Amino acid sequence: MDTSSFLVQQLINALFLGSIYALIALGYTMVYGIIELINFAHGELFTAGAFIGLIVLAALQKYGFVQTHFVLTLFLVFGMAMAYVGVLGVAIEHVAYKPLRNASRLAAILSALGMSIFLSNGMMLSQGVSDRAYPALFGLKGITIIGARITYGQVFIIILSLLLMVALNMFVNWTKLGKAMRATAQNQVMARMLGINIDRTIRVTFIIGPALGAAAGVMVGMYYGSVRFDMGFIYMIKAFAAAILGGIGSIPGAVLGGMIIGGVEVAWSAFLPSAWKDVTTFIVLILVLYFKPSGILGEDVSETRV
Amino acid sequence: MGNGEFKKFIIYSLFLGVLILPMVGFPGTHFEAKRAFIVWGVFVGVLALGMLNQVVRQSSIYQKTLGGPQSFNRRVTKQFQKIPVRHWTLILLAAVAVYPLLANNYMVDVGITCLIYIVLGLGLNIVVGLAGLLDLGYIAFYAVGAYTYSLLNLHFGMSFWLCLPIGILLGAILGCVIGYPTLRMRGDYLAIVTMGFGEIIRLVLNNWDSLTKGPNGLLGMAKPSIMYPAFSNSGLEWATYSLKSLHALYYFILLIAVLTVIGVRRLDQSRIGRAWVAIREDEVAAELSGVPTTWLKLLAYAMGAAFASVAGAFFAAKLSYTNPNFFIFMESCIVLCIVVLGGAGSIPGVILAGVLLIAVPEVFRELQDYRMFAFGLAMAVMMVLRPEGLIPATRRKLGLSDIETDTIGELEESYQAVDSRT
Amino acid sequence: MHTYYGNIHALKGISCTIPSGDIACLIGANGAGKSTTLLTIFGVQRAARGEIRFKGRPIHRLRPEQVAVQGISQAPEGRQIFARMTTLENLEMGAYLRNDKAEVAGDMEWVFGLFPRLKDRARQLGGTLSGGEQQMLAIGRALMARPELLLLDEPSLGLAPKLVEKIFETILEINKNGVTIFLVEQNAHMALSISNTGYVMETGRIVLTDSAAALLKNEKVKKAYLGE
Repeated sequence: MDTSSFLVQQLINALFLGSIYALIALGYTMVYGIIELINFAHGELFTAGAFIGLIVLAALQKYGFVQTHFVLTLFLVFGMAMAYVGVLGVAIEHVAYKPLRNASRLAAILSALGMSIFLSNGMMLSQGVSDRAYPALFGLKGITIIGARITYGQVFIIILSLLLMVALNMFVNWTKLGKAMRATAQNQVMARMLGINIDRTIRVTFIIGPALGAAAGVMVGMYYGSVRFDMGFIYMIKAFAAAILGGIGSIPGAVLGGMIIGGVEVAWSAFLPSAWKDVTTFIVLILVLYFKPSGILGEDVSETRV
Repeated sequence: MGNGEFKKFIIYSLFLGVLILPMVGFPGTHFEAKRAFIVWGVFVGVLALGMLNQVVRQSSIYQKTLGGPQSFNRRVTKQFQKIPVRHWTLILLAAVAVYPLLANNYMVDVGITCLIYIVLGLGLNIVVGLAGLLDLGYIAFYAVGAYTYSLLNLHFGMSFWLCLPIGILLGAILGCVIGYPTLRMRGDYLAIVTMGFGEIIRLVLNNWDSLTKGPNGLLGMAKPSIMYPAFSNSGLEWATYSLKSLHALYYFILLIAVLTVIGVRRLDQSRIGRAWVAIREDEVAAELSGVPTTWLKLLAYAMGAAFASVAGAFFAAKLSYTNPNFFIFMESCIVLCIVVLGGAGSIPGVILAGVLLIAVPEVFRELQDYRMFAFGLAMAVMMVLRPEGLIPATRRKLGLSDIETDTIGELEESYQAVDSRT
Repeated sequence: MHTYYGNIHALKGISCTIPSGDIACLIGANGAGKSTTLLTIFGVQRAARGEIRFKGRPIHRLRPEQVAVQGISQAPEGRQIFARMTTLENLEMGAYLRNDKAEVAGDMEWVFGLFPRLKDRARQLGGTLSGGEQQMLAIGRALMARPELLLLDEPSLGLAPKLVEKIFETILEINKNGVTIFLVEQNAHMALSISNTGYVMETGRIVLTDSAAALLKNEKVKKAYLGE
């Protein structure tokens, strides 16, 4: 492969990986922006999405649905995974985070951690310890650009991610509820004084954020062909690094961070022993947190309160 | 009690159904109705109990006879505190000393594991419980102790007793290295960074094949041995007694544990301990009062690491084997669970939680798989209901259960009180 | 309408009554408890004792979102505008509880009429506005809810005298549109000059109550707050 194809290939891989990280990072950043809590359970929500997607897909496949109604299959798989995880997200918020809204940060973090452990073990118990295979939907067919190869699966995932991000952007900037979410994230007390029901706003955040994570989960399952109850862990770290890098609380920041982390990972794998690539992500994370915790598009997270 | 509560119960149960049935019911491609519905039933049952409990607490009958809802936690705590510490300690010591004589080999092994985790819990207690630093990568220090002994013993034949201080030193240094970047970080970032460090250590151990033999681990370390003077044919000479038997190892770790308890207690009651608590409660205020926060935080990490290192060295020696997979993030979580559930900052709490978390699942083997499942949930529930833990620290309560005195906080409290009465 | 309240800590048993359609002001030195009063009315702070009534209905146990529903709006201390939202969006948030789109648009035009500078900055982020503009935005946002009672916390704070005059003129005009106004101010002179009734607060207690005109002539007030 000559240089230009090689580079284009890396670019494609980076874009692909970055989109996935961006989707997960969005979940973190939205939740952190609105209640200043790192949702440790987000990785598990991602995994849950992958599993539900698998279940729906397997069920549809059993009835031969997949061949006949391909687009509808995709719609159902993603839709149901996102819906389920949205409900799960709200449930977690209601049980483990809402009662601790005024408690110390330590308590909230520990509760989030507890939920994370609870969910990942729950999935282990209900779905088994070993990898579970995703039925192949897209196969290896693809197109070739400048000598670089991009599969239809990758194209689909990139386009879907883009659509989801655009949809989120539209929601957050153009709808009343979306603006209320932004307002609540910036100044909770003032938002209340304007009549905004922050319970509801927070709940909506916990539907959308996890749903995006779920979509990423389905994508990962589809692309890599398998899911495992603990696959959330490493994605959680990377997505978290992405969210912090881009500026926690900032939606465009999460996207930017995701792309950068994806790019770094692809670049590393291309030139250096890939066994250590996860270590790189950790180091990037620690460096960012040490030198510039507010991230690139960083916003001052300590909001003014009345 | 009324329609409102019942309606809530129905809605919550339905929610639970939506969440549980797909996940549990589809381990393969067909719906396993029985399993799914049983699990659902269990959750609904727990929910029912919880709601019933709440209803009873708020009913007027309960209020009149047993007092208000707030006092339940405090009353339980008070009962604990009535019994003087000395009695507890003596009973406990007697029990653990006698234990191996009564139990079979398997149970003694469980006891050893239990004690190791108690030592770990006490060490983490220093970092999280006393100093309030949420370290999620604590297991890395455990690994340092284990690998230090393993490598030094396998390559240079160094004895356990020599490796121990080296391991402690390395652990302490690593503690400072990990602690240093986190000095200015806030709670959640601190947690993530320490988690990252923990993982880095594990990945390094796993990938650095030439040094650590990677995922294969290291095998064949010697057990610790004691030299003692003995008479023999040629007069007085040194004989070695190798701590090979399970009983010997048990008493050894027991000794370590007792020393740890004494050590932690001394720290707790010393000026350093008080300074740590000051930092935990309000770092800015502590600094303004002249507390050298930087040094003390690093010291907390270092001390915690030291204890973990000792435990690690023992662990490696006992098994004569070590492997990076022993030091995964979940292990850090287990130790954290022990500290948090037991009561951060509380020594008896950590001991109790250690026994519960480690020994009970071993005894009831069917429950093994459900261990972390239950304890993850327990941790979240604990934070909501009883953040002080099972046996709260007697001197000072961790600021977990203090409601922040910002206006909305008080407001929410009062609104909740009002709401619950309507 | 009547409002009564008593409060420990910051507000030690104060009582006020504000008739509908009036402008009442609460003057006093820094830290006297003026902001706390407004916050208590809104439910952000909770009154430990006493009650607050609005149009005859008790509101002291309501949460802030519920208070807003009653028809009360506030431009709070520090303005509290949403820095990362545009001027337009801030105003939209003011009208959050309303569903009548056409009327909301009309009200926005009215606000722009009152504060032409805001119109120039319509698409700018709130954080980039000057102090005076932010104050205008805060008031404008509060108006977007079409409140019956408008609470203003130190509208003159940090503003140049000319701007202060302009703002107070605008407050008068708002009142002429039928909005009852309760404002707390350090600038006693300006406040009293546009108010009907005045309350003087010192360390959490109301020490003087009178018509604004009378207070302006009051010797004690003149010495302590009017700098004469």
